[in-house]
Amino acid sequence: MAASDLSDTIIDIENLTREFTLYRRNGKKWRRTRDTLTAVDGMTFRIERGAAVGYIGANGAGKSTTIKMLTGILVPTSGSVRTCGLEPVRQRRRLASRIGVVFGQRSQLWWDLPLRESFSILAAIHRLDPDITRKRTYELVEQLEMAETLDTPVRQLSLGQRMRAEVAAALLHSPELVILDEPTIGLDVLSKQRLREFLRAERVDRGTTLLLTTHDMGDIERLCDRVLVVDHGSLVYDGSLPGLGATVGARRVLVVDLAEPTPDLLDLPCDAELLTSEGDGMRQRLAFDAEKTTAARLLAAVSDRAQVRDLSIEEPEIEDIVRRIYESAR
Amino acid sequence: MAELPLVSTPAGTLLTPYIAVLRSRMRAQQSYRLSFASEVFSAFLIGLIEFAEVWVIFHTVKVLGGLDLDAALLLFGLSNTTFALAQVMVGHLDSLPTLIRLGTLDAFHLRPQPLLLQLITSDISLRRLARAAVAIAVLTLGLMRNDIDWGPAAVVLLAITLIGGILIFGGIFVCAAGLQFFLIDGAELTNSFTYGGSFAAMQPASVFPPPLKILFGFAIPVSFTAYLPTICLLGLPGPPLLPSWLAWWTPVATIWVWLLALCLWRIGTRHYQGGGG
Repeated sequence: MAASDLSDTIIDIENLTREFTLYRRNGKKWRRTRDTLTAVDGMTFRIERGAAVGYIGANGAGKSTTIKMLTGILVPTSGSVRTCGLEPVRQRRRLASRIGVVFGQRSQLWWDLPLRESFSILAAIHRLDPDITRKRTYELVEQLEMAETLDTPVRQLSLGQRMRAEVAAALLHSPELVILDEPTIGLDVLSKQRLREFLRAERVDRGTTLLLTTHDMGDIERLCDRVLVVDHGSLVYDGSLPGLGATVGARRVLVVDLAEPTPDLLDLPCDAELLTSEGDGMRQRLAFDAEKTTAARLLAAVSDRAQVRDLSIEEPEIEDIVRRIYESAR
Repeated sequence: MAELPLVSTPAGTLLTPYIAVLRSRMRAQQSYRLSFASEVFSAFLIGLIEFAEVWVIFHTVKVLGGLDLDAALLLFGLSNTTFALAQVMVGHLDSLPTLIRLGTLDAFHLRPQPLLLQLITSDISLRRLARAAVAIAVLTLGLMRNDIDWGPAAVVLLAITLIGGILIFGGIFVCAAGLQFFLIDGAELTNSFTYGGSFAAMQPASVFPPPLKILFGFAIPVSFTAYLPTICLLGLPGPPLLPSWLAWWTPVATIWVWLLALCLWRIGTRHYQGGGG
């Protein structure tokens, strides 16, 4: 026990698999067919203490299922999982004191009570010392700017306010590992920004390990130093974010504003591809592979066909990169 | 600067986490006074109507299954007091499918307490005390109007029955909750378990055919909550299969129900597939 506590690995998953059995009615009322859906399929990875890891993938790729197995909510079908050196299902209660989990679309607050009371109850649930609780709550309230919302019933909070409250609730007992499932979903830019800053500070100040799933690449760019991409229950990429771009060949996008309506710019050299065309072809977006051609050569090709009034270049869309990983893995 | 949240309960005692949640639930229910009052009133009405049903039957038949109206008061009082009090404490267990859908059960997994204890203490229905009040009034009337030999034995039997009865019905609610993991839309089946059990407990079991006697006497032993102690208190011998001395075996019936309940709960939680999302 002590040995695994001291080790640098906080999450250790080996050959983890989870299957769901689905029953489907077909035709006759009493006939059902049994289908097995493999949500997580022989997943293996480790996360070091203190890391910040983005766990990304399409809907239904197996992200939430993995998280539920890491936290002891779901029993794995096979394989092994250790979180904080503990077996999540068997040692769930001990694990619960050491991890904090935020499910973006689920609440663990009491909707009919003022926020303040939810914190009091959670402190009692985790049997926290009153002095430590007071100090920690003050810290969280300050950093997440929740002072004005403390006396508001949870059901009256805005989405951004509630999300910050959820994060504070999950971090009240100062867990060493924080798992966030879609923490920024539906938030406005400012709320996202605040939450990210808070999580960065939490990591720097306390050495908290972060694991987050998200569809927002901004979260990954600003928070994570490692990315795991999951598809159909298996890892398809494990490495840094820039490395992810390099693996699939980062495509840049050249946006050209043309002087007059122009037909779609097709058949361009070096596999450049038209993405969108707006305003009768007055603005066209062209994707190109930076390793095969240069922006200048592409611009020259465009200038041969139309008069370019203005241009800009977009950096690679990470969502696009992930999509391409899915496609190539298939 | 914001005033800091006060943590009034001292950390460290074994029950602190449960008490904190229960207290907040009670406060929340009382904070909407008008709706609370109307819910109390409707629970009271339900209690009265249930009693009226029994009264009408015995007013026309005089004697049913060897019991007269006065004995029926005792039967109704015992079964309804124990069921209503069990409902106050664990009646919310039948909303488990909703808790699964809302992800509340997932949140329970993330707290360092046993799931079942968290679920039981996650709510309390104070309004149902109104129904218990009707039942207790009927029970008191029944205890006064019947010719009961009030020795220590009768007092002990009454105490065993009230405590055992609440625990038996509580255990049946837990059984039903365990089954809900398999039948997410099976609320009706599991309700037949709990409310059906309470209805069966209100009947003089002597009128049941043998299979029902075995079902409600031993498998889902609701006869121990009211019928058996009633005939035992009245000094009646009881029908075949359900002799009145069985009333003293209520603790055994309670243990059986809870063994069954904890098994079903354990199988259910192992089978749990998560709330989706």
